[in-house]
Amino acid sequence: MASAKLLSLSFALGLISLAGCAHSTSSQPGAPSPAENPSTKAPSPDPRVGLRAGKMDAAEAIWNLRVLSKTPPSDQFVDVTNSDLAFTGHYAIQGNYNGYQVWDIANPRQPTLETAYVCPASQSDVSVYKNLLFVSGENLAARLDCGAEGVEDTVSSARLRGIRIFDISDIAHPKNVGNVQTCRGSHTHTVLVDPKDRDNVYIYISGSAPVRSSSELPGCVSGASDPNSALFRIEVIKVPLAHPEQAAIVSSPRIFNDLVAPPKHGETPQDIAASKKAAAEARATGGYTAVIHDQEMILPPQFVDPMLDSVVKARQGTGAPTAADSAALRQALPGIISAMIKAHEAEVPPTAGPTQCHDITVYPAIGLAGGACAGYGLLLDIRDPAHPVRLGAVSDSNFSYWHSATFNNDGTKILFSDEWGGGGQPKCRKTDKHEWGADAIFTLTNRQMQFQSYYKMPAPQTPQENCVAHNGSLIPIPGRDVMVQAWYQGGLSVFDWTDPKHPQEIAFFDRGPVDSTRLASGGYWSTYWYNGVIVGSEISRGLDIFELVPSGLISQNEIDAAKSVHLDYLNTQGQPKLVWPATFSLARAYLDQLERSNGLDGGKITAARKSLSSAEKESVTERQNALTQLATQLDAESAGARDGAKVRTLAGVVRDLASPSHLAQSQ
Amino acid sequence: MTISHWRHSPALITAFTLAACTSGHRGEVQTIPQPAIARARADSLRHPYTVADVDFMSHMIGHHAQALVMAGWAPSHGATASVRILAERIINAQQDEIATMQQWLRDRGKPVPEARPTGMKMMMNGVEHEMLMPGMLTEGQMKQLDQARGPEFDRRFLTFMIQHHRGAVTMVQDLFGTNAAAQDETVFKFANDVSVDQSTEIARMERMLTALHASNGSP
Repeated sequence: MASAKLLSLSFALGLISLAGCAHSTSSQPGAPSPAENPSTKAPSPDPRVGLRAGKMDAAEAIWNLRVLSKTPPSDQFVDVTNSDLAFTGHYAIQGNYNGYQVWDIANPRQPTLETAYVCPASQSDVSVYKNLLFVSGENLAARLDCGAEGVEDTVSSARLRGIRIFDISDIAHPKNVGNVQTCRGSHTHTVLVDPKDRDNVYIYISGSAPVRSSSELPGCVSGASDPNSALFRIEVIKVPLAHPEQAAIVSSPRIFNDLVAPPKHGETPQDIAASKKAAAEARATGGYTAVIHDQEMILPPQFVDPMLDSVVKARQGTGAPTAADSAALRQALPGIISAMIKAHEAEVPPTAGPTQCHDITVYPAIGLAGGACAGYGLLLDIRDPAHPVRLGAVSDSNFSYWHSATFNNDGTKILFSDEWGGGGQPKCRKTDKHEWGADAIFTLTNRQMQFQSYYKMPAPQTPQENCVAHNGSLIPIPGRDVMVQAWYQGGLSVFDWTDPKHPQEIAFFDRGPVDSTRLASGGYWSTYWYNGVIVGSEISRGLDIFELVPSGLISQNEIDAAKSVHLDYLNTQGQPKLVWPATFSLARAYLDQLERSNGLDGGKITAARKSLSSAEKESVTERQNALTQLATQLDAESAGARDGAKVRTLAGVVRDLASPSHLAQSQ
Repeated sequence: MTISHWRHSPALITAFTLAACTSGHRGEVQTIPQPAIARARADSLRHPYTVADVDFMSHMIGHHAQALVMAGWAPSHGATASVRILAERIINAQQDEIATMQQWLRDRGKPVPEARPTGMKMMMNGVEHEMLMPGMLTEGQMKQLDQARGPEFDRRFLTFMIQHHRGAVTMVQDLFGTNAAAQDETVFKFANDVSVDQSTEIARMERMLTALHASNGSP
């Protein structure tokens, strides 16, 4: 096998890359809806192109959304970066590099400022839990005393890098009740509410800045080879709810050790089909192929010829290889290749992995977290909150910097975003690739992540607009995976990723650049759905609130069903399980979807709609009878329906509407 | 002009850089010309920038410019697909970052270096020397890279770009280790982004290089 070892696997590796990257994914998601309805089609030409610049008076393009309000920052926050959002009750808490602002959004058409708390730090990532507010500090200028004068000394007891904890029982007067200092500060953080632990919450800290001096914070070690290094780990803080001042780091899990995910592009179905076809053609014309990492690859002459020569030499022959030599090689190839791969893998030393995560999204209801960690997307088991365990890792040569994760509601998919360029750069120009600075969508089966496609806000932006994938949340449209996402000055994009291979944009809002002459930072940091509205934190322009407008892509019933989901609070990185109360809107939303997808015969849909409408008007007993009958009928119809599963879900909703408890509520 | 290349450890060069080029005192902030004030205001709202910040932004331009030259060779030097993609990405990223640094300097009325792969100029014993920033390739190394083709180009490119990126990370660490530096939000965020992006890319290149070595039967 010595000669096999000399044969270069690099050719094979190069081929993998070629096969993986030559066929970029389709940027034209197939629209499943009827073409004759103009409202299912995005406006063309795209109105987001060529918008007039202006800080507060830029031109705007909007589709399938309505602006409810645009609120500029309050005095002390003007011209300072607005960052992330958290929600509690009817308040939106907006982080800012100068502190945070609390907006009362009970009337989303007219938010009012409840609190403007000056306490400078970047990024001032915010989260809430009950009476507590947590705020991230990472930069070198943030002070424990919330002063604005910065910290000049490289070692100083005045510096805050970590988490500030506020008691917001009186939200107009937050009280700083504790701080937890960490070695790298807190770029972002994630509050984990353990369903089994009512007395504490946990906070996962992601810090990307360099490790500070151990003279400033004892125990901070920056050396990569030191076993106590503050690199290659996250920090877990435990916050006793009764005594938040006692919050402290309880563990520093090294979730990155020995990562071996290959740094290649995750193949799309199109990629796989194309490479299969190419391999088949090569085989048909006498070429050599081999299966490498479950994919058949064509072996180039540079790779094959030396092996053929070896075969000739082995039989002590000379001259050109014979047909028998070729056949011998073909037979031996699988063994040679697999030995080469094994040898290669054995020689790759275990690594400490990335030095940090950028952000972690926990989904306690399913016991999983998605970690976006430098060059990797990680899947973590978080059932033991202080000791997260890595279940899997993905990497992708098209991804620069894994930024954040979002699960779909039933936990069968995970979407990672790539904040290529850190958010300060214009990565949505016509010349920037569709799959760079985008989202990558994976299916999640048996806790394995499988790449499906990329999604990128499709309208080209100017070089004056910082633009890349950023923070977003699910919109609780029942039966679909719909998300609203911030793209900085690329605006906000609402898209459907129910079909993970063909994500499709269904609504957007965009402004022209902040400045027409230069790149001035701006745009949406985050856009999240919260209790019926979309709230956007605009870096330089303030707080914007939107509502969805029905179209051929999203019906009023679906929007009403989305609005029926109520949350007491929301930290988007602590993903809540969405549960839809049984409502007539919910039933009608499913009917609308069945109509759109042709999942049930049109006549049956019309009949079901009629039955629902008349049942709704009936008194309790008649309603119960009518709904029970409808549910039974739908169950029967599900067998012959093209989307039987959805028909059964619909039948379940109708049955819930008929339940005595629901009928009692509706009286 | 004499050009001398410093091939000592980054730490030594760094120490020298610190001593020679940064003041570390906020008192030395220079006055800003009028038109730039408004533009710089949002960036440096609370905290004035220091000489160390200006030096960092100026020197990183030349540092980035060398990466552009190196990466620009990938298509013509027979790089494999994965290295070509990496190189394309580096060009896109570092071109944009050069624009950011130039704008930051322009807004503050500072000299704006062109994107040329030069080190920093300094006077020593009355003679102007050009000293390479940490991680920058010497003329000899650039020549070695330019002469390589195919898999050998890949190997040298990855090796040298890792060296180059590590230098950039060192420059960020030095900046953050300087009194009163990086208090300016833009500088902090920019420098941290450079450090984070390039550290991630170093890890990626190390994996690519390990794969390349393993496949060639060398350690």
